[in-house]
Amino acid sequence: MESTFRTENLSVFYGKYEAVKNISLDFPDQSVTALIGPSGCGKSTFLRSLNRMNDEISQATIKGKIWIEGQDINAPDTDVIKLRQKIGMVWQKPNPFYKSIYENIAFGPKYHGIKNKSMLDEIVESSLRKAALWDEVKDRLKQSALSLSGGQQQRLCIARALSVNPGILLLDEPASALDPVSTSKVEELIIELKRELSIVIVTHNMQQAARISDYTAYFYLGTLMEHGDTELIFTNPVNATTQEYISGRFG
Amino acid sequence: MKAMKEGHVQIERSRSGKFQKHHMEDLIGRSYTMLCVGLLILIIVSIIYFVASKGLATFIQDGVSLGDFLFGSKWDPEGSQGTPVFGVLPFIFGSFATSLLAALIASPLSICASLFMTEIVPSWGKKLLMPVIELLAGIPSVVYGFVGLTVVVPFLRDTFPGQGIGIAAGAIVLSIMILPTITSIATDALSALPRGLKESSFALGATRWQTISKVILPTVMPAVLTGVVLGMARAFGEALAVQMVIGNAPHIPRSLFESTSTLTSAITLDMGNTVMGSVHSNALWSMALALMFMTFVFVLIVRVLERRNRI
Ligand SMILES: Nc1ncnc2c1ncn2[C@@H]1O[C@H](COP(=O)(O)OP(=O)(O)OP(=O)(O)O)[C@@H](O)[C@H]1O
Ligand SMILES: [Mg+2]
Repeated sequence: MESTFRTENLSVFYGKYEAVKNISLDFPDQSVTALIGPSGCGKSTFLRSLNRMNDEISQATIKGKIWIEGQDINAPDTDVIKLRQKIGMVWQKPNPFYKSIYENIAFGPKYHGIKNKSMLDEIVESSLRKAALWDEVKDRLKQSALSLSGGQQQRLCIARALSVNPGILLLDEPASALDPVSTSKVEELIIELKRELSIVIVTHNMQQAARISDYTAYFYLGTLMEHGDTELIFTNPVNATTQEYISGRFG
Repeated sequence: MKAMKEGHVQIERSRSGKFQKHHMEDLIGRSYTMLCVGLLILIIVSIIYFVASKGLATFIQDGVSLGDFLFGSKWDPEGSQGTPVFGVLPFIFGSFATSLLAALIASPLSICASLFMTEIVPSWGKKLLMPVIELLAGIPSVVYGFVGLTVVVPFLRDTFPGQGIGIAAGAIVLSIMILPTITSIATDALSALPRGLKESSFALGATRWQTISKVILPTVMPAVLTGVVLGMARAFGEALAVQMVIGNAPHIPRSLFESTSTLTSAITLDMGNTVMGSVHSNALWSMALALMFMTFVFVLIVRVLERRNRI
């Protein structure tokens, strides 16, 4: 069965250089897909094309299709603003705005026309709760977001991404800069969140991919080498390079 | 046993020799830097002492009251209408008015220029605009004054009532002079912003302008303000270019297009006409002291802003 969120022969170029080559991938609802592969193989490039973040890079061009809810997101009539509201994104480095904790979360909803104070309060609380941060910050919502620890900042960024109620969450190595405790918190969070969202996560941590993902896609030099159930890929990969990469003999 | 002991001593000695060599190098290096720093401090302290002793003589020796000096609006140092009066309020007013107005004109332009270079067309904007702006910083002030006198003043004279000279002309010339200061500081701050900040805003569905106005500008604001204050300090201290376009009449003007004067322009203009040690000369030193004091204030403001900037 085809999912409502998938790519079809997607290629991404930086100038003439083809960083992502002809990739077709399905992202089933309520599941976590892990993108793994050696550094520079195009995972981030692929992920960034899913919410058209590559629009910001002038020399990046796209071939192929990305379907979200029956819509080709690169079609000329697509409203990028509306599209991005449906997709949350979190980067490797936590990057809170230089604003209060409250304002960080309220930022997105405000731009989507929510002016009502109590409604905003509610969104802030529920987003922070979803990101398992509420109890730690509820007494200091007015403080600068930069006063939080790195792990807290990352969960704040996840909460911020959730504030616009997206159906899709894109995570680019969200836990690679975090300590083990924060990492496991973020992982629990991802497992919790997949009940409502489809999640795509780039990770260099094989155990992490095995722990939290339902599907795994192995990228190598811009091509999709292997894709399937995480269990199968980790126990019985078809491809020899996949096997090598997963067992750490490579990359 | 004995041999061992001797060997031991040998090692000790060579070690201490080495130690002494390092120690010597260290000592020489340290004394040299100390000497340079000492000289620097000596120069600064003696300048301050010199200006202060001369400047304070006006009040201590010559008996001019500080209140009359700072708040008196009449400047008649040679006493052409009876007794000499030393009110520098017009100059203080002129200095503040021109530099504030200059900052007001230059800041939006500089911020737009730096946004253009870093956010709007980062590909070629910086390559094209930055050299031009750096060039502005290198033009001597007499050239600015000259251009101001031949372009800005006639333009103002034809467009507004008055003679064209005055605060408006001074502020326009100064604003171009301080443009590079503010622009380069704002540009540095903007290019130092983490890329993720902008992308996070885009990812939440904010438009480019919402991102610039609500995320980027507020984040760099403290740094931009530092640039504005530094620019104002430069405008405050500039003498030559201002003197050429401001008219140099020692009174508070009733409009922006009427001849007036600033602390710096008054000092440079009067300097040659006074006798060393006369009250007039001392009064000029007092004005220099006031200028120096203002510079300290500007430096202080920048320091405070920078501390806030670090978050
Ligand atoms: N803005 C850009 N301009 C030009 N080339 C780029 C750009 N960004 C990435 N690339 C190139 O595209 C290729 C894929 O990069 P990408 O960042 O997608 O890799 P990645 O799989 O995410 O690597 P990592 O695991 O190190 O994050 C690399 O060869 C990289 O040099
Ligand atoms: Mg990457």
